[in-house]
Parts: sequence; structure tokens; C-alpha cells
Amino acid sequence: MASQILPRFSRCVTHPSRLPKRSQRRFLTTTPRVASEALQVHRDSPENNPSIPFKFNAINQKLIAEILKRYPPQYKKAAVMPLLDLGQRQHGFTSISVMNEVAKLLEMPPMRVYEVATFYTMYNRDPVGRFHVQACTTTPCQLGGCGSDKIMAAIEDHLGIHPGQTTEDRMFTFSEVECLGACVNAPMVQINDDYYEDLTPESMVTLLKALQATAHATGAAGGTAGIGGESETGMGQRKGEGRDQDGKSGEVDGQAARGYAAKGVKLPSPGPMSGRKTCEPFAGLTSLKEEPWGNEKLRTDGAL
Amino acid sequence: MISSRAAPPKPLGVLCHHIHPSITSASRVNGSAPTPKRQQCRGLATVQDGPAQPPKRTHFGGLKDQDRIFQNLYGHHGADLKSAMKYGDWYKTKEIILKGHDWIISEIKASGLRGRGGAGFPSGMKWSFMNFKDWDKDTKPRYLVVNADEGEPGTCKDREIMRKDPHKLIEGCLVAGRAMNTSAAYIYIRGEFYHEATVLQRAIQEAYKAGFIGKNACGSGYDFDVYIHRGMGAYVCGEETSLIESLEGKPGKPRLKPPFPAAVGLFGCPSTVANVETIAVAPTIVRRGANWFNSFGRERNAGTKLFCISGHVNNPCTVEEEMSISLKELIDKHAGGVRGGWDNLKAIIPGGSSTPILPKTTCDEQLMDFDALKDSQSGLGTAAVIVMDNSTDVVRAISRLASFYKHESCGQCTPCREGSKWTEQIMKRFEAGQARAREIDMLQELTKQVEGHTICALGEAFAWPLQGLVRHFRPELEQRVKGYAEKHGGEARAGGWAHDAQKQGMLIAPGQ
Repeated sequence: MASQILPRFSRCVTHPSRLPKRSQRRFLTTTPRVASEALQVHRDSPENNPSIPFKFNAINQKLIAEILKRYPPQYKKAAVMPLLDLGQRQHGFTSISVMNEVAKLLEMPPMRVYEVATFYTMYNRDPVGRFHVQACTTTPCQLGGCGSDKIMAAIEDHLGIHPGQTTEDRMFTFSEVECLGACVNAPMVQINDDYYEDLTPESMVTLLKALQATAHATGAAGGTAGIGGESETGMGQRKGEGRDQDGKSGEVDGQAARGYAAKGVKLPSPGPMSGRKTCEPFAGLTSLKEEPWGNEKLRTDGAL
Repeated sequence: MISSRAAPPKPLGVLCHHIHPSITSASRVNGSAPTPKRQQCRGLATVQDGPAQPPKRTHFGGLKDQDRIFQNLYGHHGADLKSAMKYGDWYKTKEIILKGHDWIISEIKASGLRGRGGAGFPSGMKWSFMNFKDWDKDTKPRYLVVNADEGEPGTCKDREIMRKDPHKLIEGCLVAGRAMNTSAAYIYIRGEFYHEATVLQRAIQEAYKAGFIGKNACGSGYDFDVYIHRGMGAYVCGEETSLIESLEGKPGKPRLKPPFPAAVGLFGCPSTVANVETIAVAPTIVRRGANWFNSFGRERNAGTKLFCISGHVNNPCTVEEEMSISLKELIDKHAGGVRGGWDNLKAIIPGGSSTPILPKTTCDEQLMDFDALKDSQSGLGTAAVIVMDNSTDVVRAISRLASFYKHESCGQCTPCREGSKWTEQIMKRFEAGQARAREIDMLQELTKQVEGHTICALGEAFAWPLQGLVRHFRPELEQRVKGYAEKHGGEARAGGWAHDAQKQGMLIAPGQ
């Protein structure tokens, strides 16, 4: 039939389907997953889906009542950031159930909570290990001390993971982060809430080994709820916690004592690992050597 | 030819007589003063300047310990209330508050304090915006917001204030809050500073307990509350309007101005955002007098300042020094000098990552204050000095900053969101030399297109370091390109493709 209707020459032309197939490769640009900022959308997974129930525990509910008092009553939603943070501390990461619960508590549309949770980088929307090692690699850390490149390499070598990954035992999550604001103590890492500064590759490995030893000694499992020392089953007693009430802590000398100990295993205390106290010059003070002044330095014109 | 035809130049006095006959005749009538031979004559374009007076001081720096405000910078004593009071905090605060807002603001104005958060806006003036006409007829609450979202790479001064001198900050909140007639202060502290937030919270509780803040603060009949709000890791929240957005429980995306926060700010009420250091120095200025503070530094750049010296120095540290100290003296005296000596210096970023980089030749004579650094086409910013010695790969250092800004752009304005990504990609290629020399100009032009076309200053912030690099290290960029060409047999095509990409059958953009 076709031969009669169609003119001859059109049948001579090779049909596209008969052309030799040129191998077409199309590259989808994929970026490696980096901590909580890789995927802006939520995908249900066994450990993170809306059907997993989440409720704030009794202590946190008290805290929430405290937090809500800080903001004007008609602006309840201002408390969304502290509440999400509390939820993250209780649950281990900011799951969709945490977000929904916060939305319910603050009478906000859930979308507004999702907006906040995706915007800020400190909300981990995927589970993280018990120790979240966040290494700063921004320029001052890259330059200062031995340089953050060596610290990154030391962590990668020791843990066998790359930035954005979690160890198989779910004990360590390693992320590369932007400036953490301890630039004169470069290079530094933040592990959960603590800053470890003035690092060298050796002290970095010592620190990681100490963390592993403590976790081993206490039998803490990786990836359980609560980050670091927060959960009841976790990392032993946090020494700093008791000091919060007595009022006289907070002196920087005390930072050395702000360490952790669990089952006889001592962890290096947060702060500079090089022996200096805080941000003073390592070779000795260049200022503030004299006796400090008090009230005697008042203005002399009698205005007060 | 022309000069011979032109009329012989008249004496200047005669010319003036034509313009201002009254002036010259007046002086003639007066008679007593001898008529000057060369009378000054002002054209319209002449700047009215008094006779140039030599500055009173030419050397700055060498601040004495008794003039340092942050005495606990190195943790000499505890951060608790008792030791804070021993070293001068909370002394006569009641008297200060009872003096009223006009007096406090006039003191701050007289002290010449400029905002320590980077822009250097005169603080007294900024605070006075809150007391606009009929402000007292407004029933809305008013807020002071303290910006403790210290995220600028290189900067670590606010952290030291908060964890060691928290009472200075809280007292500052009260004094500045009184000057602006605010009812409460919110301290927006960055989320990573967990320990610092704890210390600060404890200090606030101590102050409440002692009756210094809260109802009837210090017994002055003035009610004032201080709250902490922890951020959650967003650099852009250091911008005042985005900080307000974030405090209201939204993603921290900057707002358009106007309306300025002093009119419509936090929770729709008048509010002012100020840096931690600005607020923390206020009580000491008022207590020790505006003249005392104004005696430091050059004119219009008065006061003392916390400098954070990081990077390739022997002893990186944070130190309080006089404004207008020379950069070399600052580094040599406090940071133990540049690694390998001053001659080993390559470049310095003088005020945090968003200020343009300065080459060694400029650094030799550089004074560290707002105006001097502006004259060098850079800025004081937060006074975070990042030092780079000759071993530094300066292209990589700036490229890392480009990726920092790409990461931290909030994505609201297109020029910044897209521009920061492009510049990051271009800089990544320049790191390896995989670029063409003409792309240096393209990069420069791109940054110029972003600058000023965004809601907040993050557009400028990422454009300036790149412009500084192109301005001062163009040969280095060109060298990279050449080095790549020599190594790989040809300059890369635009977009970073190898020179023989077409021959290898790759499909690259036409017209190259």
C-alpha cells in the first residue's frame, strides 16, 4: 500500500531507526551529599518519615514553656528555631516528625517550619553519627597553624570517610563547614557542641582515638538518639553540666576543666589543644600584663 | 602663538576686586591691616579648607593596659558577676540610666564611636534614629537587637567578649537600650557558639538576680529585659534585616530597606541592630568619659578596637589596640611578626574576608582605621587581619572565599545567587590555570554587575575580595594561565576545556 501512495524516492531514504545508533551519553550533574544541605526536599525513608511519632519529653516541654516566654505572645512562631534545635537534640536529627511536631506546637503551617529547617545548615535533616566532626576549611583555617588541609587529610585517613559521610558504625559523621569563628585558633574542628582548636594532625588523631576509646568503654552505640553527651544512655556524665548552676564557672581557666570523663576514659577538654588558654599570643602576653583597673578610673568631670 | 595674543595675566588682587569689590574695599577702608599681596580668591570649585593644620598626633598604637576596655580578654578573671564588678562593670549604672537618653547619646556622639560590625556607621547617630519625633506617643514595644552572629571569616572578637566579658555586653544592652528607650534586648548569637551562649545566659541570670536588669533595672524605675536567641548557622543572618527575619522565625533572607529597622523592625516595632563590640564598649565610654575614648586614634576614627590577627603570623591572637595603629606595628608587636619576617609577607586581608586584599607594598605603610583603609581601596570591616606569607597560594585563598560566599548566599537576589556560583566556578578554574586571560576582565565585570544590585551587602561582600585579587594580583592570575598552557600544550578554551577538546571529539561551545 505504502509503495503505491508514497513516491519512490521517499522510500529510498533510510529510515531514522535504521541509522547506526550513536552512543549518546548524557551526564547528570550530581553533587556528593554534604551533611544536611544536599537535598532540599524530603524523601521518605525508613528512619525519616511522617508516620514515626515524635513527642517532646517532659524536660524539654518545660524548656519550651520557658522559651515561649521570651517572645511576644502573638509571635509564637519566633520560637521555631530554638524548638527545632531542642527537637534535634532529643531525636538526634531534625526529622520530618520533629518539624511537624514543632509546627503543631507553634500553630504554624508545617511548610513554614520546613522552610526554616532547610535554610539553616545546623539542622541535620539526615541522621548523623554520635560525633559530628565539623572541620572548618575557610581561608583563615586553611592558612593558620598547620593548615586545615592536613587536618582534613588526618580525619579522612583515620576514619576512612570523606566529608559528608558517616562511618559504618554510625559513630562519626564528618563534614566540611564554613568559618566557625575561632580564626586565631586555627585550624579547628567542632565536635558536636565543642570547639577543638590549635590542632595538628597528631592531636587530631589523638582526639579521634580518645573519642573512639570512650565510646568503646561506655558501650555507647553509634547513631542513637541524642548527640554526644545529651542522651541518657550515652556518653557518661558531662562535667560541664553540673557547673552551669553553681554560678562561678565560666571563667576561662575553667575551660580546661570543662572536659568529659566516662568510665575512667578521659577526653581531651575542648579549647586549644596546643596548651594556650584561649586567644592570647602563644609566646607570652603582649598586653594586659599590668594590674587591671577597677572603679578608680572614672571620669573626672563630675558628670556621674 | 596663543600665549602672545592672550592678555597679560592680571594680578590676583585685581581679579578679586572685580568679583568681590566689597571685600577689597572694606579692607582698604579699614586701613590698619596691610593689604596682603596675594589675596585668596575662591572660585566655585575651590574646597573651603582652613589652613592645613598638622595632626596633633602622628603615631598611634601602644595602648596602655589602663586604657583597655576588655580587661578579661585572656581570661584573667572569671566571667561571673562578682569579678566583673571588681573590674569596673555595673558601677554607677543607675546614675547613667537616670541621666536619660539625650545625655547618653550625646556622650556616644562625642566619643566618636563608630559601629564595630563592619560598616563603621557613627553609633551615636544610629541610636538617635530611634528617638524620632513623637516616639513617646507610640505604644508599640521597642527593641534593641545585638548582633552576635559573628560569621565573617577571620573574625573572632565577639566570641571572646561573650565568653569572658558577658557582663560588659549585658550592661551595654541596658545603657544602649536606655539611650534608645527600648523595652527589651535580643542577643542573636550564632548557633555554633553553644558554650558562649551558656556563659552569656548564666551572666544574664546573675544580672536578673542582682536586680540589674528586669523590672526596675538597677533601681532606676526603668524596665528592661535581655533575651538570647541562638541562630542556626547562616552567615547571611549577620545582616541586620535578615537577622530580624531570622529572629521572627523565618528563613534569614534580608528585607528591602526602607522601611529601616528603626521604623519597622523586629516584630514590626522600632528596633536597632548593633554589633556586640559596639554595645559592650558603651558603658565604659560613658563611665570614663567621651573625651577619654576620643583621645585614641585619628580624627573620625576614634577609640580602641579588638583586632584578630590570624593566618601566617608567629603568634596569632586577638588583641585590643588603639585605632589607627600601623598594620606593621600591630603584627610585629602582638602577633610575633609574619612567619619568616616582614619581607616574607605577600598580602594581607585587613578586615575580614569581605574586604579587598592588600599587597605587601600597601601594607608597609598602612594605618588600621576606617578612613585609611578606605583610601587604600579596602576596608576596616571587623578588623580581622588575615596574613598571608610568600608561601601562600593567594588565588586559592580567594577562591576558597568565593566558595564560602557561594555557600552562604541566601538565594533571594539573582545577581548574588547566580553570581556567587559563577565566580566560584571561575575561581576554581583559575586555581588550576584552566582559564583564559581575558576571563580576568570578565570576572571583574561580573563582580561589578553584582555590586549594588542586591538587597543586602553580601553582593558587595563577595565581589570585593575578587576585585582586590584582580587589582593587585593580576600577574599571578595571568601566570597561572600561562603555566597551564605550557604544561598542557595550549591555553584552555573558555569554560575550562582543554585546548584540543574539539579534536578529541568533544562538543564544546562554538565561537572559540
